[in-house]
Amino acid sequence: MLKTLQQILKTGIVTEAPPAPADELRVREALESRIREVLGRALCIREVDAGSCNGCELEIHALGNPVYSIESLGIRFVASPRHADLLLVTGPVSRHMEVALRRTYDATPDPKLVVAVGDCGACGGVFGSGYASCGAVSNVIPVDVVVTGCPPSPTRIMAGILAAISKSAATSTGRSGE
Amino acid sequence: MSLARWMTRATPAQAGAAVSSLVVESHEWRDLAQDVAAAGGRLLALWGTNRVGQCDTLHAVAVAPPRILAVTIPLAIDRGYPGVEDVFPSASRMQRAVFDLCGLRSTDRDTRPWLRHAAWPADAFPLAADPMPSPPQSPIDDYAYVRVEGDGVHEIPVGPVHAGIIEPGHFRFSVVGEKVLRLEERLGYVHKGIERRFTELPILDGHRLAARVSGDSGVAYAWSYCQALERMTGTVVPPRASWLRALALELERIANHLGDLGALGNDAGFAFGLAQFSRLKEQLLRATEQVLGQRYLLDFVVPGGTCLDLAPASATALDEYLAQLTDEVAVLRGIYEEHTGLRDRFAGAGTVLPELASWLGLVGLAGRASGQTLDLRADAACAPYDELNVRRCTQQDGDVLARVTLRFDELGESVRVVRRILRALPPGKHAIAVTIPPVGAVGVGLIEAWRGPVVVGLEAGPDGSILRCHPQDPSWHNWPALEHAIIGNIVPDFPLINKSFNLSYSGHDL
Repeated sequence: MLKTLQQILKTGIVTEAPPAPADELRVREALESRIREVLGRALCIREVDAGSCNGCELEIHALGNPVYSIESLGIRFVASPRHADLLLVTGPVSRHMEVALRRTYDATPDPKLVVAVGDCGACGGVFGSGYASCGAVSNVIPVDVVVTGCPPSPTRIMAGILAAISKSAATSTGRSGE
Repeated sequence: MSLARWMTRATPAQAGAAVSSLVVESHEWRDLAQDVAAAGGRLLALWGTNRVGQCDTLHAVAVAPPRILAVTIPLAIDRGYPGVEDVFPSASRMQRAVFDLCGLRSTDRDTRPWLRHAAWPADAFPLAADPMPSPPQSPIDDYAYVRVEGDGVHEIPVGPVHAGIIEPGHFRFSVVGEKVLRLEERLGYVHKGIERRFTELPILDGHRLAARVSGDSGVAYAWSYCQALERMTGTVVPPRASWLRALALELERIANHLGDLGALGNDAGFAFGLAQFSRLKEQLLRATEQVLGQRYLLDFVVPGGTCLDLAPASATALDEYLAQLTDEVAVLRGIYEEHTGLRDRFAGAGTVLPELASWLGLVGLAGRASGQTLDLRADAACAPYDELNVRRCTQQDGDVLARVTLRFDELGESVRVVRRILRALPPGKHAIAVTIPPVGAVGVGLIEAWRGPVVVGLEAGPDGSILRCHPQDPSWHNWPALEHAIIGNIVPDFPLINKSFNLSYSGHDL
């Protein structure tokens, strides 16, 4: 136990400041009230691997490490689509996952956001589309934001998630103005 | 009978490779398989080819250290061949997959589809038909799971979409109370037609797709693909290239082991472990990006060598980083070993004893945690492993604790190997040009990935195209063992046990 505590103290806090390329991160505070209105206090994400090579999953996992510490931004990965505000989907969508992905989408309550992660989620990537692959995520469910990369870095994925929130807040502002 | 009599008929393959090729008749295949098994060998890969105007062929890769056999079995026109599922249990699913994709039927009594769900009709074969018919109307098929009946038995279906951030697959548990009586796996959800996709790519470009068969093993797949390609034309890459490839492969192993050690701590309720190891993994990925340009080295290995060289200053920086990593891991290992709660969850969970492991043909990391010794880096080593003297690590207990301990041991050994490479990297070119292989040329690549041996079988088509490419993930051999490991354990221990194997879905489903 002593060693564990020593290690925790020695490690300190390694979480980095929100990365620079993500302008969306800077507007986080301004968005906070909007997020609360639109999505509730925290943003809940359900990740769906719809046919990925597992490369994108490695980088999505990395979002949770102490360096990116996505939970400290008020973003949480949840176990059920019914608890989710946003689906983070990796592709290409295999035909064998098509129904599971649609059902996951249908089970996610409105208003919902979808971020397609990776070149394969964006356009089918190196796998393309064929007898067993539907290609891009947007061929199966509506997509709000696409994050390209093979795999995209955690910073890019974060930027994509925050772009989606930003877009949603903008839309809801637009709606309330109608 | 012994394996030696077959070796007299085998053609030793190209220079520098331990792979011998052997053509046997369909009726001899079972005898050969039995002799391989009797010599303590393993069936590593099985695939079929069938194309218009030629006879159907079954291909197999078997290893009985120090020998590696690439077996070709021409088949009669009736598309049948003798199954070897009683000799090598993992062959059963491979034979079912061969039928799903090529239409070649074995004598195995289990004729249920394996990789085919509802994406294509039962009488269409993606590697034989051109073009494929459009998908059937019914999006969901009805798979015949084995039912467990009796007082108090109920089923828990899990997946394909899981609760965590993991790949999709379906697990059907039959339980009484908390205790698991039986687990049946169903995979194939991420089948995206990789083998057919290969035939649409130029052969000098296929390594990019190979690296993405299983993204966590990109270096191993790309290397295995390039090895197959280079063997076709007798290309021997410069020593510096093969040493750099080994550097990348060991960095990939270290990164995956760090990730798994953290996740295993977390699955046993020790979040501290996840925080610490995921921090170390992030540092490693950044160090890798700094010296080799990519966090994951998916595009590092290319035909003829590597995509870039290592600068001397980078080598020093990486070496310093690895010295620091060694110290950090030593502290964490001490904490893991002293933590009684953690050991309580790890010890005795998900046990596969050496005898069962031997029968099931376990390979790679999970195999070595159950007393199986095969490690291609030490047995039948390709360059540069013939010079690196990798110390083989094994454990006998076959439980989660053994798989955790093995990861610590292999991590340490990989760090040692990388530091040795950094100090002794031969001078010279990091890549040479590779010519297009002649049509009909065949090659086999084998690389010990962090999970186990990755095999790529490659056949050249006309004008630099790919006629056939078959990647085989070690997970094919280890998935069936998970069904055994969980028996008698409780359902809440499944995530921990599953993670301790950490098998590939994408690499398996293709």
